[in-house]
Amino acid sequence: MTLRKIAVLSTICLFAVGLLAGPALAFKGAYKVGAVFSVTGRTSFLGDPEKKTAEMLAEKINNAGGINGKKLELIIYDSEGDATKANLAVRKLITQDKVCAVIGPSLSGTSLAVVPLAAKYETPLVSCAASYKIVWDDKESKVRKWVFKTPQTDTMAVQAIYTYLNKKGVNKIAVMSVTSGFGASGRGELLRLAPGYGMKIVADEKYGPKDTDMTAQLTKIKGKAPQVIVNWSVGPTQVVVLRNWKDLGMTSIPFYQSHGFGSRKNIKLAAGAAEGVYCPLGAVNVAELLPDDHPQKAVTMQYMKDYTAKYNEPLSSFGGHAWDALELVADALKAVGCDKAKIRDYLENTQGFVGQHGVFNFSPDDHIGLDKNAFQMVVVKDGDWTLAE
Amino acid sequence: MLRIGKLPIALFAGFIIIFPWVAGKVPAIGNYTDIMVFVGIYCLITIGLGLLMGYAGQISVGQAAFYGIGAYVSAILTTRYGLNPWFCMFIAVLVTGTIAFLVGTPSLKLKGHYLAMATLAFGIIVFIIFNEEIQWTGGPDGMADIPGLSIFGFELDSIEKYFYLVWGFVFVILIFTINVIQSDAGRALRAIHTSEAAANSMGVNVSKFKVLVFVYSAILASLAGSLYAHYLNFINPSTFDLFFSIKLLIMIALGGMYNIWGAIIGAGIITFLSYEWLHYFEEFEVIVYGAILLVVTIFLPNGLVGLPGMLKELFVRQKSNE
Amino acid sequence: METITLTGQIFQYLVTGITVGSVYAMVAVGFNIIYNVTEIINFAQGEFVMLGGLIMVFLHVAVGLPLILAFPATVALVTLVGVLLDRLAINPIRRPTVLSLIIATIAASILIKGTAMFIWGKDPFDLPAFSGRDPIIVLGAVIQPQYFWVIGFLVLIVIVLTFFFERTIIGKAMSACADNPDAASLVGIDVKRMVLLSFALSAAIGAVAGITMTPIALMEYDRGAMLAIKGFGAAVLGGLGSFPGAVIGGLILGVIESLGAGLISSGYKDAFALIVLLFVLFFKPSGIFGNIEISKIKRF
Repeated sequence: MTLRKIAVLSTICLFAVGLLAGPALAFKGAYKVGAVFSVTGRTSFLGDPEKKTAEMLAEKINNAGGINGKKLELIIYDSEGDATKANLAVRKLITQDKVCAVIGPSLSGTSLAVVPLAAKYETPLVSCAASYKIVWDDKESKVRKWVFKTPQTDTMAVQAIYTYLNKKGVNKIAVMSVTSGFGASGRGELLRLAPGYGMKIVADEKYGPKDTDMTAQLTKIKGKAPQVIVNWSVGPTQVVVLRNWKDLGMTSIPFYQSHGFGSRKNIKLAAGAAEGVYCPLGAVNVAELLPDDHPQKAVTMQYMKDYTAKYNEPLSSFGGHAWDALELVADALKAVGCDKAKIRDYLENTQGFVGQHGVFNFSPDDHIGLDKNAFQMVVVKDGDWTLAE
Repeated sequence: MLRIGKLPIALFAGFIIIFPWVAGKVPAIGNYTDIMVFVGIYCLITIGLGLLMGYAGQISVGQAAFYGIGAYVSAILTTRYGLNPWFCMFIAVLVTGTIAFLVGTPSLKLKGHYLAMATLAFGIIVFIIFNEEIQWTGGPDGMADIPGLSIFGFELDSIEKYFYLVWGFVFVILIFTINVIQSDAGRALRAIHTSEAAANSMGVNVSKFKVLVFVYSAILASLAGSLYAHYLNFINPSTFDLFFSIKLLIMIALGGMYNIWGAIIGAGIITFLSYEWLHYFEEFEVIVYGAILLVVTIFLPNGLVGLPGMLKELFVRQKSNE
Repeated sequence: METITLTGQIFQYLVTGITVGSVYAMVAVGFNIIYNVTEIINFAQGEFVMLGGLIMVFLHVAVGLPLILAFPATVALVTLVGVLLDRLAINPIRRPTVLSLIIATIAASILIKGTAMFIWGKDPFDLPAFSGRDPIIVLGAVIQPQYFWVIGFLVLIVIVLTFFFERTIIGKAMSACADNPDAASLVGIDVKRMVLLSFALSAAIGAVAGITMTPIALMEYDRGAMLAIKGFGAAVLGGLGSFPGAVIGGLILGVIESLGAGLISSGYKDAFALIVLLFVLFFKPSGIFGNIEISKIKRF
């Protein structure tokens, strides 16, 4: 075949593809959905996979013909984990871009900073952050009408760990946490729920998000001789603390991490120190390990396949929060179109939505939609997750 | 030092008054009024910091701490005790002023980089307190549901209303500060900047003046913090971290510290760059930001306010060459 | 169940504190080299450490160069970055003031950080320890072999620098620039070249700090700022410009942090170190080893 023939043929092929693809891409208008993630900055490990997931999902939905024949137009802004920026971004999304709904922000802090806007502009917001305060107004003791969230709360993670520890007969624990929103919130729940599970906390140690060494804290804990250590942090510190733990020869005191440990990158970075470490994880982290009859088996496997194929990096559990948020909104758009009040009502009445982090059942009194069953205890074995017995 | 005439202030006031109206008409800049609210808040801080640095020749790398103390005092008193926000703002100013006096008195005896380190250390310590005293500050998650502001029952609940409130504050402070600069006190300040020893021998009580300006700049930062808290209805410690203190220094350096307009221009440019314009560079945002800063420091030693002067000089030189 | 005596605990805090402090000390020494020649506080100093760690990971782990080759190669590359920093950011400034120089180095550090994020991404990276991870146990305290490498390199740097500044012509010329740049250029010393050299030298030391600490603490693109602040604190505590001061200052900061975290409150550990620093400054405004002459009035 000569070069010219190849050229002619490939041109024809391209046109044919264009003709086939053409009608599918001719959307009748668009549904705008806004998203605010901390894509860069210190908390980019949350926002980066969230952004990638949301973009992947939007592309997939649009390739399949969009929603009700309309294009799903995703507008993503970067909050850099900054409350002011998140506030500006959400206001811009609502007042200028005129989106139907907003997903994100990634952090509890940035989410709390935009919650008043959702109420003020009567726009549904599906946050990707953990704190229950995002959907619950402590002062008025009622649910925030316009706000939902997809991640499990720290309460559920703590409940999952404590339930498991109870089963193992452990009642003397040491708590470690990073002095960021994530760590402080988890620490608060660990301390608050301890009496209910008969847990005695013998040490309560902290470290900074950029600390390079936690030997001092661990040494102090060693002196208190707890039965297990429960550590609440995200980012590199949770790996450094593990390595210090192993280096100090403390492996006889089992180590429990929070759900923030949910990425295989961490196991790899720990360079062997993660062996035998427990943590509560959502189904999305352990898709392959789930039994075939598990309700989330299909969606989690699909997501993992798509994500690793597209971005060539291991899945992190945080992307799953964005998956849940965007799919929930997409479902609502499909059912009621771009009507903010109706989207809100639809979200509030969503039952049995199978997501990456659990099966969601929202109600007027519950805008979290998950319970502690959204977590399974997992242990690191041979450098990979295994379901803990 | 140039005298600051009435005309630039009047022109600037006119610009501010019509700004929300123009932004409302042009869809592409519809959210600029919102950003300008923050520019106004930051201007309050940079006017004080500019006075401290450009006129009194002292540096503060801990200004975010005063901003944060103002915000937290307002937030704690309004949410926990249900006090009137304006009263809380006043209390915040008193608290911040006192702390600034206590910290400033020993710190301002230090020189140059030592003063920089002392203020930096103070800023970090305050930041750690915001994070650690969870029963008061809510810890790293911050404090939500801070009430908004109202004047005689008139709720300042829209962007535009808050915009005029914040810029009203800025103008009052601006005019007051300009009057200070052009008074005897201002001359004393500039004397300190040129030579402390000479100022001392001229009978200026140098340390008193330095502390006074330090306290004034802290009070302005505190006001800005209260305004911020009531606008966002939420605060958390990371807004008041070291990097914000450094950002304030960058605003001053970029705008030009020997001129009060530099503080305003710097705050405006940096705020718009980091909240809006750099967004278009996506992944390259940080690199572009660093490059802009570097280019301005290299080519405009007096900041952006020095630009007209430099162009004029260039123009004159070219003419004389002909 | 593992237990540890109080003596063992305190010994452990000291060991850890000295190791972490050694890293601060290396950063502080880097600050001082540039400060002595130029009176500039180079806030991009922490970025040299970050680059040292990440380039080493690239050369040693990704490319697979043996340690003995990757180490000098990394130091050379980071030194080059230091040279570029001086040529592109510091040297071109027309009318330098203290503030414009501070902002220039901050701008440079933002640029370097942004570029590093672009090259390596946002994840932390690991480096194998130089001589394994089998700890040595002394008095119940656990000592990682890597700790010796960190402390050893600090000692080595101190010895080499002392020799360099006191025995070699270039070193003496650099010291002369620090004392009086005008007089130095009168006697024929090329001050600009000495400034360049100071940036190169300080980048090299930063690289060494980064390479030796990465096996203990991992490394990611935005670690630099925190290290720069700690190093600056150490340099100020010891007295700007004083090399023994930098070393002592770094070690004191590291030990206070470690003891404070272990014995009092881990949440406030950074605050303890800074409060001590403030008190030292209030009573001795030029740091432990600094003299008033060096800390003469600087305008901003």
